[in-house]
Amino acid sequence: MKRITFRELTPMTTGWLALMGALLVVAAIAGAAVLYMEHQGHWVTGMTNQVVWGTPHVFAIFLIVAASGALNVASIGSVFGREPYQPLGRLSGLLAIALLAGGLAVLVLDLGRPDRLIVAMTHFNFKSIFAWNVILYSGFFAIVGAYLWTMMDWKMKGYYKGAAVTAFVWRLVLTTGTGSIFGFLMARDAYNSAVMAPLFIAMSFAFGLAAFILVVMGAYAGSGRPVAPELVTRMGRLLGLFCAANLYFVAVQHLTALYMADRGAVEAFILADGGIYTLLFWGVQVALGGLVPMAILFSKNATRCTVRFAAILVMIGGFAQVYVILIGGQAFPLNLFPGMEVSSSFQDGVVGTYAPSLPEVLLGIGGFAVAGLITLVGATFLRILPDSLAAD
Amino acid sequence: MRAWVLSLLMGLVWLTGQAWAGDISPVIPKAQGACVDEPQAMRRHHFDYLKHQRDDTLRSGIRGAKYSLKECVSCHALRGHDGKAVPVNAEGQFCQSCHSYAAVSIDCFTCHATVPDKAPKTAGVTQ
Amino acid sequence: MTETTRRDLLKGAAGAVVLAPGLTLIAAKAQARAPGSAASAANRFGLLIDTGKCDSGCTACVDACKTEMGLTGHDRPATDVQYIRKVNVKDPATGAAHSVPVMCQHCAKPPCVDVCPTGASMKRADGIVLVDRHICIGCRYCMMACPYKARSFAHEDQTNQREANPRGKGCVEACTLCAHRIDAGAKPACVEACAATGKAAILFGDLADPNSELSRRVAAEASTRIRADLGTGPAVRYQGI
Repeated sequence: MKRITFRELTPMTTGWLALMGALLVVAAIAGAAVLYMEHQGHWVTGMTNQVVWGTPHVFAIFLIVAASGALNVASIGSVFGREPYQPLGRLSGLLAIALLAGGLAVLVLDLGRPDRLIVAMTHFNFKSIFAWNVILYSGFFAIVGAYLWTMMDWKMKGYYKGAAVTAFVWRLVLTTGTGSIFGFLMARDAYNSAVMAPLFIAMSFAFGLAAFILVVMGAYAGSGRPVAPELVTRMGRLLGLFCAANLYFVAVQHLTALYMADRGAVEAFILADGGIYTLLFWGVQVALGGLVPMAILFSKNATRCTVRFAAILVMIGGFAQVYVILIGGQAFPLNLFPGMEVSSSFQDGVVGTYAPSLPEVLLGIGGFAVAGLITLVGATFLRILPDSLAAD
Repeated sequence: MRAWVLSLLMGLVWLTGQAWAGDISPVIPKAQGACVDEPQAMRRHHFDYLKHQRDDTLRSGIRGAKYSLKECVSCHALRGHDGKAVPVNAEGQFCQSCHSYAAVSIDCFTCHATVPDKAPKTAGVTQ
Repeated sequence: MTETTRRDLLKGAAGAVVLAPGLTLIAAKAQARAPGSAASAANRFGLLIDTGKCDSGCTACVDACKTEMGLTGHDRPATDVQYIRKVNVKDPATGAAHSVPVMCQHCAKPPCVDVCPTGASMKRADGIVLVDRHICIGCRYCMMACPYKARSFAHEDQTNQREANPRGKGCVEACTLCAHRIDAGAKPACVEACAATGKAAILFGDLADPNSELSRRVAAEASTRIRADLGTGPAVRYQGI
């Protein structure tokens, strides 16, 4: 096996400074948006008593799901022993931590009382999947951190395999927990299904690998290091497989619901007459984010350029997917009186209106900036990236 | 040399401390009647008492206990010149004057009523 | 474990009329709980709402709730807080229409309590479901989980709170069944207001007390619960829907 040299990114170059500056500015703008929203209260956002989770949650869930998926590259190398992926294990671990931190930052800063974060850390209701997620997320940082350590310190080599397996199992449990936030909700027709957990795992595989491919290509282009085209197309084919898995679970999710008579209305809403949600589902999630990238990635003529394009499409499609699940699922009215026509002063029986507000979007983008900052600082001060990913 | 500078500095600190001491103590409006506990104990422990009681009252439904934020407000909210109660967290009022002196923010009154529902018990009128 | 003390017994005796040895008529008015005593699992407070008596144009219960709880709106229907609302329900097959007051159903197995990460969503011993806003972090997961859409989020700074109902920005809130009034031996504000209109469509009582009017009515007459199929076991029952 060829010897791999890991080298830090060179700081203070023009490109590095520009990227660092841009990320800091975006994060600062997000901070200002948070101050504005927290000072005014949530009425200045698009969120209401009907659509209680909005754009920040779409960003947060996307990032958290992508985080666990970003760890897959390391797992494929270590747990499943695929050599071509092994040099990328360190970046995989770092990106997983960064994406999770970005997602959690958005989630926490949207709380009604973010000043009480310490309460969430000290009061646990163990019947709540949310409380379990607090533990799963904290544990993810610790376990992936330890996993990174075993990858980077030769004295820790003995623990490498154990850490790798633990991290892989933990990430599966973590995404099961994220999916179960929705899977355990019997109140809303769009959720309440065990398929949510495996669906979220499939989503994480796709979104995480897409994010990883984009970061690798960006980092290597930016730092002028070589990447073998075969490595990129190989990862691309894997991404295509993950897209197929995601589409499979989406099909299972909707076919199961379509078979239940009482879910007919919500399925008609998402799949046929939900306006923006229907458009996002078929146009962006399924076509642009699923079928088109699969066609590109499985093509014999796939190049670095087309793989990058496909990865971007998977990210956009994934974002639409989370938006449809989260916002579309809430916009559909609760069914207090099945079979009846209802109306009230509290938006009973009507589709909830939700329009993302600018501060919400800025906060969400800030989550990406935080993830970017952690990745950039990590790769600058630690030996994360191999000097070369060229073929032998 | 260093000792000289040090003693000079300490002297200055002592002098300015003397000059300001009279000005910065909080002026706390007085309520009439006796408090439910020794003022000394209340000053030191009121937050512990209230925090303990809040859980008893809300989570267990225990009413009419010795310590109660509602009772604090009903005695310590003064009447303004218009006859209406003045919020206890307004500038210079009972809760606020001491809390701004101690530089401790109060979270109680983002939610809790700052004036009693009925007329304040105390006859005191705010200055 | 019995929580009845000698004082409770004496108080109880004072509120009862001895008709004959061994036969007492308990006064209809609920007893205030003794100061210092906790809510008891021997009670299960609930409501019986007769929609046949409820007029679709009447908002007496809603208005009384707003006054009692100090709920001030901002003319923003999507974000304003509502503890109780009138839902107009119409059967499209038959055309039969009802006006149904809906509030927190004070479930025996409340989903909001299950999902709350900090334990702020809680059920009191007597079955009243509350939000402990001292430890609510404003995550709104309970609002996602409630099948009755009973909860609201305080979307802005609040002022003019009532003593009995502290409420503020960034926390979730809902009907408390007027726990403060129940503890003092009174009925919820909506129940009183409805009775004052002469309709008396809402009956308040203790479902755990077989002698209460509420228990006797639900034992003798048909009543339903909203989304009974979900198995949450609401303490609010309806007639006529």
